[in-house]
Amino acid sequence: MTVESPETKSVSGRRKLFRMEHWWGVLWVLPSILAVMVFVYGFIGWTARVAVSAWKGLLPDYTFVGADNFVGLASDPRFHIDVRNTAIFTVVFILGCLAIGLGLAILLDKGIRAEGFYRSLFLFPMAISFIVTGVVWRWLMNPAQGDRLSGLNLLFDKVGLDFLINKWYATPTWGIAAVALPAVWQMSGYTMALYLAGLRAVPESLREAARVDGASELQLYRRVIMPLLWPVTLSAVIILGHISLKIFDLIIALAGKQVALDVPATYMWTTTFDGFFFGRGAAIGMVLLVSVAVLVVPYLWFTLRQDRA
Amino acid sequence: MRTKQPFQFLVLIVALALTLAACGSSSTDTTAASGSSDTTAASGSTDTTAASGTTDTTVHQDMASQVEVFSWWTGGGEAAGLEAMIKVFAAEYPNIEFVNSAVAGGAGTNARAVLASRLQANDPPDSWQGHAGQELIGTYVAADQIEPLNFLYDQEGWLDVMPETLIPLISKDGNIYSVPVNIHRSNVLWANPKVLADAGVEMPTTLDEFFTALDTLKASGMEAPLAMGEQWTSMHLFESIMLASMGPDGWEGLWNGSVAWDSPEVTQGLEDFAKILGYTNSDASALAWQDAGQLVLDGTAAFNIMGDWQEGFFREVGSVPGTDYVWAATPGTEGNFQFLSDSFVLAKNAPNRDAAVAWLTVAGSNAGQDAFNPVKGSIPARNDADRSLYGEYLLSAMDDWASNRVVGSLTHGVVANDSWKSEIDTAIGLFLLDRDVASFQTALVAAQEASG
Repeated sequence: MTVESPETKSVSGRRKLFRMEHWWGVLWVLPSILAVMVFVYGFIGWTARVAVSAWKGLLPDYTFVGADNFVGLASDPRFHIDVRNTAIFTVVFILGCLAIGLGLAILLDKGIRAEGFYRSLFLFPMAISFIVTGVVWRWLMNPAQGDRLSGLNLLFDKVGLDFLINKWYATPTWGIAAVALPAVWQMSGYTMALYLAGLRAVPESLREAARVDGASELQLYRRVIMPLLWPVTLSAVIILGHISLKIFDLIIALAGKQVALDVPATYMWTTTFDGFFFGRGAAIGMVLLVSVAVLVVPYLWFTLRQDRA
Repeated sequence: MRTKQPFQFLVLIVALALTLAACGSSSTDTTAASGSSDTTAASGSTDTTAASGTTDTTVHQDMASQVEVFSWWTGGGEAAGLEAMIKVFAAEYPNIEFVNSAVAGGAGTNARAVLASRLQANDPPDSWQGHAGQELIGTYVAADQIEPLNFLYDQEGWLDVMPETLIPLISKDGNIYSVPVNIHRSNVLWANPKVLADAGVEMPTTLDEFFTALDTLKASGMEAPLAMGEQWTSMHLFESIMLASMGPDGWEGLWNGSVAWDSPEVTQGLEDFAKILGYTNSDASALAWQDAGQLVLDGTAAFNIMGDWQEGFFREVGSVPGTDYVWAATPGTEGNFQFLSDSFVLAKNAPNRDAAVAWLTVAGSNAGQDAFNPVKGSIPARNDADRSLYGEYLLSAMDDWASNRVVGSLTHGVVANDSWKSEIDTAIGLFLLDRDVASFQTALVAAQEASG
């Protein structure tokens, strides 16, 4: 934008120019605003409408049934499994990413040689889609036992760590925790990058001051650096949390369609497109939307308020 | 900034309305265009192309248009079979252009989503593929999207060459809705003869013999004598065992309402199913159906219950029928042919109805079916096929198809509509986790109430 000098332009002329530029700006963003209105908010509205309808079968049926679909989900044993699976997945995924990410960041921050190389190395998994990750880890975590051992189990067998051999994602009840491992592998590098940026922002003078006061390295991290990294941790939890609530592709690639490893997104897909329960599928979609919103909206609100301040 | 917002909002609303109006008008344009396209094709003048090779088939020169056929046959034997059938069609109807609208994706998941959106947009293909039976009827007849085909069955005499017990399974209220091009059998027990001989076990013919055989194999140190794969293969096992336990009348009664899902016969069937699951491998959820078949070939397991596409896999990996694998009807289902079939329908308001009927005529003809099935590895729906084209297993299946009582498969869309099937799938998935027969039966009763 050009800056006009106040001497040459009258106040009204400047306002006119500003208004024209303003309208140009609106014009440029108009297509994306329109697209967002239609394809995001329009479809959210439509999904909300379908969620309170009796639509079952190929053709739409918008008979209003109130909260029936949601009440049905509340007493649906499969949806209970979905919620439990999501909870386990989220806890393992977030804690795993935070622990490994922070650990790697601290090690890299120690001034290791070829830091750039390691940084990229740990970040690379993020460039892979969850589908690819799912397929590869499906092989790695092959749950076959006995003489059909393969993947990681075979590796454990060869190096004498037999006690580590397990059924991975075929483990009853806790199989979903194994599904979270590839997700941790994929996203912990990203968490490391977040923490590394945070660590670099901690002034050297603070560390030195703490050391002069006789703090050990452990105390330095616990009392000085970690509190300063709190906003980074919060961001990481939000970003990872909404990934884990929406997880779909990894589950489909790794586990296929099976109730034991079902999550809300896979239930939504199968019930809508295999069973034609459009009303129920839309209801699951709305539950997902609200649960992600509960996580993200307060965060956005805080960030925006901080930016303004 | 804040003061200008109402005006901006107004602009957005107007623009949005314009966009929507544009979308609406453009879609009507396209339908008009596609409707007129079939009149543009030239009338038959050249008979050089395909007519020369055919000796026994009639060549129809009078019809000039195109036909759009929608399927999910994009690879392997299925696509090759379709190509072979298209060749037969081109020979008989040289002036009809065949538009192959196949959409890739395993078991038609993507294709069916595409088809659903095309039907919702009122832009149907002329004919499309679907599993014969309730999967088609429950979805497309219920939505009034396909035409009855009784006239074609009468005209072509198909009622005389297809098994009598098949017709009710692909009809609703006396109307037949699709033309089956291939038949697969679902209730087949595959076994490794070497393993059976070593353990001194005969091929079982009843459920009791089956349990005894499994016990013997387990006692001889085999951890899981019955190989099973991921969740849908357990539904496949379920339908075989229920048929064995309840008999054909009981099984059919479940779907036509004459047998209640909370009856004691069902409880007995579910208990047999629960017992059978006790002999299966613990890593089933990680295996595809081919992997389960491989366990039998390797001798890690003795048995596998799977449809006869398993034979296609066995042949593909170079195994020899009779020495590497043997087969029989699932114990207790001898004399019953639990079938599934790919079939083609006639769209209501098909843009090229005459051409679509021509395509269905070829799909149900001997020439069409004998072109398709040897390549796909299945048997024709007709009883008068050329037997010299088929291998050892398929010949035995053809004999059974002609003589057995035909009953429908659940997993592959014959007996239940998609909604019902998906609710049963959920019930089976939950049962695999808790193995509680009582709550399984409650869930099955609820599944019927929700969609039966």
